Amino acid sequence: MSDPARESETETKARRGRNIALALGLFLFVVLIFVVTIVRLRGNVAPHF
Amino acid sequence: MAMATAPSDTRAPARWQDFLQLLKPRVMSLVVFTGLTGLVAADRPMNPILAAVAILCIAVGAGASGALNMWYDADIDAQMRRTRGRPVPAGRVQGPDAAGLGVVLSLFSVMLMGMAVNWLAAGLLAFTIVFYAVVYTMWLKRWTAQNIVIGGLAGALPPVIGWAAATGTAPLNAWLLCAIIFMWTPPHFWALALYTTEDYARVGVPMMPVVRGAASTRRQILAYTAVLVPLGVAPAFTGLGGAAYLAVSVLGGVMFLLLAVRLWRSKAGESPDPRTTDGLYDVRAGAKDARNLFAFSILYVTLLFATLLVEHLAGLPALHLH
Repeated sequence: MSDPARESETETKARRGRNIALALGLFLFVVLIFVVTIVRLRGNVAPHF
Repeated sequence: MAMATAPSDTRAPARWQDFLQLLKPRVMSLVVFTGLTGLVAADRPMNPILAAVAILCIAVGAGASGALNMWYDADIDAQMRRTRGRPVPAGRVQGPDAAGLGVVLSLFSVMLMGMAVNWLAAGLLAFTIVFYAVVYTMWLKRWTAQNIVIGGLAGALPPVIGWAAATGTAPLNAWLLCAIIFMWTPPHFWALALYTTEDYARVGVPMMPVVRGAASTRRQILAYTAVLVPLGVAPAFTGLGGAAYLAVSVLGGVMFLLLAVRLWRSKAGESPDPRTTDGLYDVRAGAKDARNLFAFSILYVTLLFATLLVEHLAGLPALHLH
């Protein structure tokens, strides 16, 4: 792993791109889990009320 | 397996696109397509969000297998023209990073499929990932000429996973779709291998043309095609396909068989005879016949599954010829 203090502009740009992609991926995963939970709750819990 | 990476000082930094490439997007799209066909052909109403999650899990699981495959095969990928530009052999992504991505995505896709959809689909997905990454990549591929025959099961299972996601069951019709892809895989890959033999021979991968020779491979392509064609028509007799499917599978099957016969009678995969070559560009005798079959095999399987998909989406009746 390269030292962020010594990396070139290309490396910084690539690192920023990876970080943004990872953040987006994690955010979408959280949204996905939330939506799936709501859908499953509506299907399995709502009919009992 | 070896860590084939370029020296760190000359290595281009990994971009997010490189990690995406590790997931083999083109393979992923075919897997999504056949998985979706299985899910739709099951004809069971399913919450569209959960259906989308099921397809996403199949796609991510396939991508995870691809990343594990690229990590393990980096040493041979680096020596083959078709694969030397992949992120790991090109040195843009470190091997352990690719392996880590594969393991994490495998776990996420299987767990999400189990919790959001059902555990039969999750179990089949887990089996598919392990079968491709461990049984095919780490064992069969470098050991036997039957590598893509047995390993083809991993590529054939997505319709069954899709069907299981929709219904929680895996009936005979789901396995029929699996059998079609399973029998399609050898003619498809061996046709490609007939004109890329040198690459496989150089890296020591025992592909059929390398181990048994071109003539034997052409015979086996014809034999598998002879089984595939009636199998491709079978869904019209099991309540799965309609009139359009029957027409497409019969016409496509006849064309597939004709191309396989033409390939069988050709010299594809053999070194050209210098006395009969026309010139500089005639580098491999009969390669055109192998290329034709390879290209048509993709069209054939796409047409079969697309027809089934459209018939079921449009609610067209099955033939019930049985």
